[in-house]
Amino acid sequence: MTSPASTDLAPPQLSAGPRPAQGPAADEGLARRLRALACTAPLHDLDARKANLAGEYTVYAMAEIALAAIDLVTLHMDFDTGADHDQVVARLLPRVAAQAPRRPAAEHERVARWVLENLINVGSVDRGFRAVYGTFGTDGVYVRRDYDFKLVEEVPGYGGGVCLRTTDEAVNVLVGALDTDVTSAQIAAEVKLEVLISRGRLADAQLAAEQARYRTVQYAETLRRTLEATRRNVRAVDWLHGVPDMIAEALDHVADRYRHENAILTNIRRARDEAEEPEHKRRAAELVDIVKDCIRRHTQLQSRLLEAGPLFRAEQDRQAFAAPTRYTGLDLYGQLVAPVLPLPVERATRVTDAFFAHGTGLRTPASVRLGDLVDLLLTPPVEREHLGAEMPEPDLIATPDDSRFSERQLADALRLLDLEHDAPRRLSGLLADARATRGDHPDHGEDLAYLVALLAVHAASPPVGTAYRQGEERLLFAVDDGTPLDDPGFGGADLIVGTALLDAAGMAADRTEAT
Amino acid sequence: MSDNHAEYAAYPDTWSEQESPRSPAPAPSAAVTPADTADAARLVSFGLQPKLLPARDAEYAELLRRYQEDPAFARLADAVATGLGLIVLEVSPRAGMAVTAGEDSVFAVRMGDYARRANTDSADRFLHGLAHLAVAAMAFPRPEDLADDGYIGRLTVNGVDGFVRQACLRLEQRAEEQGENTDPATDAPGLEAAWRVYARRSTTGATKDARRLAGSTTGIIAKAVAFLTDSGFLQRTGDENGGSYRTTARYQLQVRDMAGSAALTELLGLGVVPVSDGSATLVPPHEGDDLHLAADAGLPFHS
Repeated sequence: MTSPASTDLAPPQLSAGPRPAQGPAADEGLARRLRALACTAPLHDLDARKANLAGEYTVYAMAEIALAAIDLVTLHMDFDTGADHDQVVARLLPRVAAQAPRRPAAEHERVARWVLENLINVGSVDRGFRAVYGTFGTDGVYVRRDYDFKLVEEVPGYGGGVCLRTTDEAVNVLVGALDTDVTSAQIAAEVKLEVLISRGRLADAQLAAEQARYRTVQYAETLRRTLEATRRNVRAVDWLHGVPDMIAEALDHVADRYRHENAILTNIRRARDEAEEPEHKRRAAELVDIVKDCIRRHTQLQSRLLEAGPLFRAEQDRQAFAAPTRYTGLDLYGQLVAPVLPLPVERATRVTDAFFAHGTGLRTPASVRLGDLVDLLLTPPVEREHLGAEMPEPDLIATPDDSRFSERQLADALRLLDLEHDAPRRLSGLLADARATRGDHPDHGEDLAYLVALLAVHAASPPVGTAYRQGEERLLFAVDDGTPLDDPGFGGADLIVGTALLDAAGMAADRTEAT
Repeated sequence: MSDNHAEYAAYPDTWSEQESPRSPAPAPSAAVTPADTADAARLVSFGLQPKLLPARDAEYAELLRRYQEDPAFARLADAVATGLGLIVLEVSPRAGMAVTAGEDSVFAVRMGDYARRANTDSADRFLHGLAHLAVAAMAFPRPEDLADDGYIGRLTVNGVDGFVRQACLRLEQRAEEQGENTDPATDAPGLEAAWRVYARRSTTGATKDARRLAGSTTGIIAKAVAFLTDSGFLQRTGDENGGSYRTTARYQLQVRDMAGSAALTELLGLGVVPVSDGSATLVPPHEGDDLHLAADAGLPFHS
């Protein structure tokens, strides 16, 4: 049991003192103590039942794991959700592994899950526990009674998921003495913390800080429930005085705590940095984390408080501006739900049965003809079409080849323009070469000359940027030096056509730098 | 069939139209033909499809118009419905031909068909019934909501659960204040207070296939709202908070005219007389209640 709070297992009512005489009054105290005792039973039960598990699990201290699990769930209870099931298991694993380091990790996880599931009591329909105890009634008759309780309960989380929350019973088992005014208890814990820190007693300080955090969580939980009720029914809440006062008070409280905890944080940080002993340093660092967590929770609480006003106005718009009606109807809550709930379940069922019988509407009964049924059963299942409908064969029409130049002419032209980088040529010379080229067509030479001329004109404005991006090594270029072209087919300048070598490696390096 | 034979023989022109199963209340005027009866039965059959909206079906709308304008036809349609074991709640363009099943009708829903466990487990039976009651109470929180024809209620599965849970919490606290021991005697589970049955059932639970745990309270409420949606009483509007729904005109009629009074009669039969002056019981808490201390202080349970 390393959890500092768990040493205080005794619930508050145990301190009520000895009862002088037997009788209903003494029995009442006894019943409370019996119930408190029952809350610890599931934990003892874990250790008792571990021998029944398939496998050698006696090495694990199940009660310790269970208390640690309750600890974890309590600390991770946030405003809207509870703790995540898998996260709790994951955080339990180091402790489980420490108890039996040589066992496989899968077994550790199994043990952690077993403990958590048993705390929820997954096997029962209520997902809770029941203890039987006996009391003497006021008439002196001995009655056996069932006490139902839960330790960890599953609640709906975001997106339809399931989250875990610890119940009041579990918190009482864990910390004890929580049945006090939350605010004053927190103040007391924090004052204690400050004193402890000023005296340098960090071990005690951590204990006090952790207790303060439990109280912070409980305080947040209290406020969460209040706000939720506000959301449910605007008229149910006194928005003229009650809630605004409460919000103002809570905001003051948050501001106060925030200041307070920041002061503590500064103090502990100094203690952490000045501490010589590694153990002290570590404890101070842990304390910093705890206080930071407290501050985070207060900030969260504050943002909720600020949302409350707009929420009220939106709900009021929705609910309050309904037109008043001429006559009044049945008050479903006041006349049915509220009177039914305190009744014994046997009698209450008669009312709910009546409501069910008349409130569910109608169902048209399905009628089956035997002939249809036989047909239906004998029909072979329809083959599922995975591929969909068959595609019609596309009716392709060959488009006429209307290219101005043939593939061979392009190849010839590129061959002619494949110049050495240090030997540029004049366009007139290239054109003459092109005309001299023989091909499979009488006009081959003339067409080729035209293509070469086009490529040369293109090269007058070479695509340097593209070549740079694509990392090409050579680039065709053409320069006009003022010499006129003397040619039967073309006019203009007799361009100088050449090939430039590009620094491909350098360009590549530049590119990677640029990106 | 042979009984009807002579009757139909009087109308040789429409002989081929002998569709209607029976016409138990022949109209006083001689103008009613088997064709009229067929139309009246057709209107009732539209009413048996509660999710069908008159605005979406021209024939339905036309028959409704005829019901409202032609008293003889209206009587005929009512008679067909009665003969089938149906109760006519309202016939209007907004609700359509709103009919519901009579107690022993073939159209009636039985608890045993609705939830199998309810047959054997008294706690489950109660919880399923309570879920329907709580859904109605959440849909129409104030008496005037139930009375106002234009009111559309909104509810969520988790909201209904929270509503009932807090009512239970309130009762638990009251019992504690009075020092009552509410733990039931072991050998008399039927004497356990109803709220305890609800309070100790878990809200939700993880299942292997990521569905809602059917036995949890949210599972039971979700079943109720899904069923009511199929009955054309609710319409699903979203997935938040376990599924959100809004009410239809039919649901209001059903709760107001059928279920509420039936349950109230049963309650009075048990000797419990809930007194109401017609004002809402879900009212703000009294001045001076320490709102900041009690977790459920904002609750509508100060009656």
